[in-house]
Amino acid sequence: MSTSSVLYDHPGPRAKVRNAVLSVIFGVALLGLVYWIYTKFDQANQLEAWLWKPFAEPKTWTQFILPGLWATLKAAGVGMMLSLAFGIIFAVGRLSEHWWISVPAGAVVEFFRAVPLLLMIFFVFYGLPFLIQGPVPAFWAVVIGLTLYNGSVLAEAFRAGIRAVPGGQSEAAYAIGMRKSQVMGIVLIPQAARAMLPIIVSQLVVLLKDTALGYIVAYPELLARGVNDLSANYGNIIAAAIVMAVIYIIINSLLTAFAGWLDRRSARRAFRIPKQAGPVVMDSTAGTAGA
Amino acid sequence: MRMKRMAAVAAVAGLAVAMAACGGDSDEGGSGTGATGIVGKAESQKKLVIGVKADQPGLGLQTGSKYEGFDIEIGKIIAKGLGVDEGNIEWKTTVSANREPFIEQGTVDLVVATYTINDERKQKVNFAGPYFVAGQDLLVKADSTLTGPDQLAGKTVCSVSGSTPAKRIQENYPDAKLQQFDAYSKCLPLLEGGQVDAVTTDDIILAGYAAQSQYAGKFKVVGSTFSDEPYGIGLKKNDTTGCEKVNEILKAAAGDGSYKAAWDNTLGASGTPAPELDTTKLTHCGAA
Amino acid sequence: MHVFTDPKNFDAYLSGFLWILKLTGASAVCALVLGVLLAAMRVSPVPVLRGFGAAWVNIFRNTPLTLVIFFCYFGLFVTLGLTLSDDLFRNIYWLGVVGLSTYTAAFVCEAVRSGINTVPTGQAEAARAIGLSFAQTLRIVVLPQAARAVIAPFGSILIALCKNATIVGTIGLAESSTIMKDLINFNGDAVIPIFLVFAGTFAAVLIPTGYFFGWLANRLAVKR
Repeated sequence: MSTSSVLYDHPGPRAKVRNAVLSVIFGVALLGLVYWIYTKFDQANQLEAWLWKPFAEPKTWTQFILPGLWATLKAAGVGMMLSLAFGIIFAVGRLSEHWWISVPAGAVVEFFRAVPLLLMIFFVFYGLPFLIQGPVPAFWAVVIGLTLYNGSVLAEAFRAGIRAVPGGQSEAAYAIGMRKSQVMGIVLIPQAARAMLPIIVSQLVVLLKDTALGYIVAYPELLARGVNDLSANYGNIIAAAIVMAVIYIIINSLLTAFAGWLDRRSARRAFRIPKQAGPVVMDSTAGTAGA
Repeated sequence: MRMKRMAAVAAVAGLAVAMAACGGDSDEGGSGTGATGIVGKAESQKKLVIGVKADQPGLGLQTGSKYEGFDIEIGKIIAKGLGVDEGNIEWKTTVSANREPFIEQGTVDLVVATYTINDERKQKVNFAGPYFVAGQDLLVKADSTLTGPDQLAGKTVCSVSGSTPAKRIQENYPDAKLQQFDAYSKCLPLLEGGQVDAVTTDDIILAGYAAQSQYAGKFKVVGSTFSDEPYGIGLKKNDTTGCEKVNEILKAAAGDGSYKAAWDNTLGASGTPAPELDTTKLTHCGAA
Repeated sequence: MHVFTDPKNFDAYLSGFLWILKLTGASAVCALVLGVLLAAMRVSPVPVLRGFGAAWVNIFRNTPLTLVIFFCYFGLFVTLGLTLSDDLFRNIYWLGVVGLSTYTAAFVCEAVRSGINTVPTGQAEAARAIGLSFAQTLRIVVLPQAARAVIAPFGSILIALCKNATIVGTIGLAESSTIMKDLINFNGDAVIPIFLVFAGTFAAVLIPTGYFFGWLANRLAVKR
């Protein structure tokens, strides 16, 4: 996997010394920076025990962080399911031979990919009630916003994946008498999904992170509960934000690790999309840099 | 804008006078069986959803699964008056920017969340109360020499975006620099660190923060209020009956000591004696 | 549409998008430089540099941007005392640029790294065979070819960056989403037109941007 070996020779004795020296210099500089940040935080009294003590109390976890985490995971879970469904439907729609399906599907996908999520959530919560003449709970404002945006990105990923499945696959499927819907559902989509798994997962990580924007409609997710409400009780906003960031990093890393495991597991059976399948095939690792 | 706000204050005052004059016993709103609005809901379902603040110590603070503060106590008094048990109240967190939508959309039945009665909001919702009259003030470091909003030119002030205090600073004190966040709790580290010179909102909210143990002795409320913020209880715009009923409950609470007890158990801890609930100033519930 | 015929509101609308453009422009440049640097670190022969690049990517890709921006304000500015401008809003703006750049650089880094992966092994081997150093191999042979493969991902990243710029509103910059929120608060009767104007502006700028990058990527694709 490592490309490093391609770019430079196996280090000889001189290169080893040079690398070691560079490592030490950079390492020392890094440690110096960390120490400087530490002293600055100390000077600003950000390391005082009372700021961090609440996190040692079970109450903080059971009453603020875990309920917030649950709300985050709930919105993310429902959002993921709906986004995947939305993504598949609109990918297939956009690939339709009928222009009256493919054009509107394409327009929807393009529009929602281009509008900031913050605006979407805000509109669903404040604007949609005027259209449907009824309230939209904060939960659904968040989930709908997440679905429209991430679903559109996933639709493009699925579409690229479906188009990259070797043509022989669908030809063979038609040859044995499958109908269009069967070719799509049994042959193309499963293969596309497996091949695009890395993109799909990185988009799901984006989705999970984006639940953090739920604060705008007072959805009680991890940031609202763990940073705003918790610090209103204990006055430790920076400490609280650091703890919440660590929680996000752990969860998202687990999700990514799980995807990596899944990818390796299915690697033997899945076809590999050729590197030059075309620019529509975004590289998995690029993701979309969602909020 | 400024004229509009002045007109609003005048209108509130005018209504209060009218209210006092006619004794406020207009109950042709259609109460009794089949009543709609909160009275009807309380009668038929014995439940209420009340929107409150979650991050304001002393007023509406979510401490884990519970809410506590003066607004919460007022909410309990109203629920009791409507025949709803304390256990059947569902508290719902609101933030400044979503109180009107929550009421209009029926997400909550009532809002008791440091909710200033003003003209703009009256176009969307109905107000009972006021149950308390706060005033915009400044929270500064204990050693600050700031004494009022007139000295804010060139200074940095922190407040919450979309809130009345933020708008007032923008309109009336345009020379002040306004740092806005989504929660007051984010302003306090800035005040402590000296990045802002003052935090501004209603005096009573500021007092709640200043009284928190971690900031004890570090901040002071300047004490020269520059606005009247009559806190109302928000209801659906057409729920005149409910509004009148809430006003009756408040009137009763002022008489039987439960209002004073609500204060003493919450904000009273800061040493401020309970204010008088001026029942002559209760709103006219939108009925002309 | 009466909302936007009021010059005050129209000016607010324009100033909101001006902040978005400024944030996007400055952050795009910073993120590109930083991201390429990080990618070079991640493929370098020095283990500490590789570890640093990997840590950067894992931390910033897994933290919500809202928190990254929050730390720029409350960590860099409030706690570490880093003041980037004496003017309140310019300071917020630059802190926002720092946050958007550090966050986006993680995505740029990964795009560049996988772009490097598309360059055939033989190219780098040939470069080394004629005696080029690691830095020279990267700069003269690999990166110019990788650049073509990263155009499409860069398009997605730039579009995401532009939309993400709205998050700087959370530390008090009156950018588009904040302006939209305020307008809706004042004009409850015109929620839908207000949304359509703001969303439409983003769409009108970003959809063509997406198509442009797609076209460019097709045109410049390395034919092998």
